Amino acid sequence: MSRPLDTEAIDLSAHALMCERDDRVLFKDLSLQITNGDLVQLTGPNGAGKTTLLRLLAGLNQDFEGEVRWLGQPMSECYSTYAHQRLYMGHLPAVKKALTPIENLRWLCANDASDSDDTLWQALEAVSLYGYEETPCLQLSAGQQRRVALARLCVSRAPLWILDEPFTALDAAGVAWLEAQLQAQVARRGAVIITSHHALQGIPGLRQLALGDAA
Amino acid sequence: MSLVVATIRRDLLLAARNPGEWANPLMFFLMVATLFPLAVDPDPKFLSRIAGGVIWVAALLATLLSLDALFRADVEDGSLEQWLASGESLYALALGKALVHWCISGLPLTLMSPLLGVMLHLPNDALLPLLLSLAVGTPVLSLLGTVGAALTASLRSGGLLLTLLILPLYVPVLIFAASAVYQAGIGMTYHGQVAMLGAMLALAMALTPFAAAAALKLNLSR
Repeated sequence: MSRPLDTEAIDLSAHALMCERDDRVLFKDLSLQITNGDLVQLTGPNGAGKTTLLRLLAGLNQDFEGEVRWLGQPMSECYSTYAHQRLYMGHLPAVKKALTPIENLRWLCANDASDSDDTLWQALEAVSLYGYEETPCLQLSAGQQRRVALARLCVSRAPLWILDEPFTALDAAGVAWLEAQLQAQVARRGAVIITSHHALQGIPGLRQLALGDAA
Repeated sequence: MSLVVATIRRDLLLAARNPGEWANPLMFFLMVATLFPLAVDPDPKFLSRIAGGVIWVAALLATLLSLDALFRADVEDGSLEQWLASGESLYALALGKALVHWCISGLPLTLMSPLLGVMLHLPNDALLPLLLSLAVGTPVLSLLGTVGAALTASLRSGGLLLTLLILPLYVPVLIFAASAVYQAGIGMTYHGQVAMLGAMLALAMALTPFAAAAALKLNLSR
């Protein structure tokens, strides 16, 4: 599990962020900094802007005021470098139902370095999909489909993970596994930004950021 | 770059798993061409004059039929978001998507067309030009189609809108292609028309992916 990370330095900083949706201010004057070993959990009620903030930090959304910098450079100038150093997983799993887990994982991990197929098979085994590798995802449960997407965490060397509601549909064992992954990522000096209603406990370095007060 | 290859491979695999995706337009193409003589006039002389046009109209409508779903599934299951997150160029994605679409729609139509040509009494001299015009013309249809499909990808029922957007752009292709087949049938030269189609293909390959990429970005920046 001691996979090396692609790069040593993590420095994602956001300054004076303000974001509006439908004439409603989701957050304003929001600043945060994320460096090695950080685990930031965004909390707040539904509709508070957690996903919006996450997409914005991932560089997927440019519709905001303020500034996001990666290693001191404005996001717009270094997006393609940044894109290879952070792993973004949206609340949609990007899993094709007609394909098998291994076929899905091959696509999901196409950009995660030159890993051999063995790594992918091992990743599926790690998320307890052993024996389901060749079953179309159509026949898998929602939790198992989520596991297919999460198997990517076992392959990725990205130092920064940005995860949107990764605990959705997971059972108790899956939750424990994912918590261990987050812990391992923090332990190897990576960083994680996560939205979740799940209470993350016992992970050192956990910071919580509550949204929804501005409204 | 590896993601482009992976996407092309994945989409071809998806098409292989869902034969309806490529078989339905092909069936439609076949049915239109088969029913036409029954409804209008089975006289070989009459048919041989209109065969090229009928085959081209059927091919164009069959292509339209298969465009609707081009990006919708990718928007709905999050694949498109993953693409944007990967930092790969959307230009390459649009080009790759057009290539896959052509492989599962335009290519089978092209290969099937000589058979329909014989069925509709197309003059023998026009069979090669028909094949040639479809081989050069249908990629243009796929490329233009990606723009419309990208614009309507996040609409629930974008089918009609897509048709309205794209059909006018298909008209020049239809005119030049049908005229090439017709001219060849009456023993005249058709190289000019095919050259025009080639020029359209070159232009579409260079420009449409930009438009499709911009449209895809719009879908995601909600």
